[in-house]
Amino acid sequence: MNRTLALLAACAALSACAKAETASGPPPIPLLLKDHRFTPAEITVKANQPFAIEVTNADGVADEFDSDSLKREKVIAGGQKGIVRVGPLPPGRYPFMGEYHAKTAQGAVVVQP
Amino acid sequence: MLGALLIVFREVIEAGLIVGIVLAATRGVPGRALWVSAGVGAGVLGACVLAVFAGGLSSLFHGSGQELFNAAILVLAVGMLTWHNVWMAGHGREMSRELKAVGAEVVKGSRSLMAMAVVVGVAVLREGSEIVLFLYGIAAQGGATTLGMLAGGALGVGAGAALSALMYLGLLAIPAHRLFAATTGLITLLAAGLAAQAAAFLQQAGVIDVLTAPLWDSSRILSEGSTLGRLLKTIIGYTDRPDGLQLIAWLAVVAMMITLMRLVNPKRPAAALAAAVAPHAAE
Repeated sequence: MNRTLALLAACAALSACAKAETASGPPPIPLLLKDHRFTPAEITVKANQPFAIEVTNADGVADEFDSDSLKREKVIAGGQKGIVRVGPLPPGRYPFMGEYHAKTAQGAVVVQP
Repeated sequence: MLGALLIVFREVIEAGLIVGIVLAATRGVPGRALWVSAGVGAGVLGACVLAVFAGGLSSLFHGSGQELFNAAILVLAVGMLTWHNVWMAGHGREMSRELKAVGAEVVKGSRSLMAMAVVVGVAVLREGSEIVLFLYGIAAQGGATTLGMLAGGALGVGAGAALSALMYLGLLAIPAHRLFAATTGLITLLAAGLAAQAAAFLQQAGVIDVLTAPLWDSSRILSEGSTLGRLLKTIIGYTDRPDGLQLIAWLAVVAMMITLMRLVNPKRPAAALAAAVAPHAAE
């Protein structure tokens, strides 16, 4: 039981940190998911700087923002928004997709030097 | 249909492999079927609840609710797996020292089973909620392909369960005196992999913002997105572009596990373990 309590306390502490942390930082880059397609399909960011993408899912059903290269996965319910935070990255092309509609929902983050 | 099959299949094997490892690791412990079933049942129920509240969860903590929830339940699973391995290492010593205390050991064994039920529940909850959302999305969209895709989803569940069962049977084919060394090792790697995933979720939530640059890129050799990559991601925490924090989390859990097991049983833990539990395994 002690272990469970300790874990709960850790969770509470973490969430408190998250609140403090996320209040600052640059504004998130908007990304629209509509008809299972991303707009813009390509996002350009500067290297070695953290950034955030605010995904708006304008479709009626959930999708999962999924990127192995960014190491990010986030389920976004239909009609909802979701923030995906990414740490500083070296230059390169980092593809992402909407996993539940991967045929059409494709995009990439281009990190420029 | 094939697309739906593949997505569901992958999610099912991710949870199924964990269930398989847990079942193999608890072989011979009385009452395990009940506990593991309870874990799966609670996981499925939780997955449905989680799917319904996915939107609400996401908007918590400035949009990082989902990440923090994932990180928290992964850390919980790592804790439970550690407890199990350490308990088994200590249990082996007690069992060989005083064989009379078997009755008491069975009671203690159920505590370890409780921990493993939590692990199973967490695995099913995480992957299950994604399956529910995905299938619900298909059903809600309607159209001519809906039935085919739902059939694909159902086939995916079946195929994933079959592969997980094969993995379990494969583990059982290992001789009893080696099985416990093998599952101890597997559980250590499983816990380390889950810790690395938790680290990535904490970065995604913006809680930790250090050591985010990828250390290497092995995606051309083995892509994390491939089915084999996914399998290895589940079992040993393979990732094709790990960052510093993930590697540290992975190594830290392996080191912690070995240290704790040595502490409770200074002799070779695996050997003592096998000697203690082998008679049970033969039942």
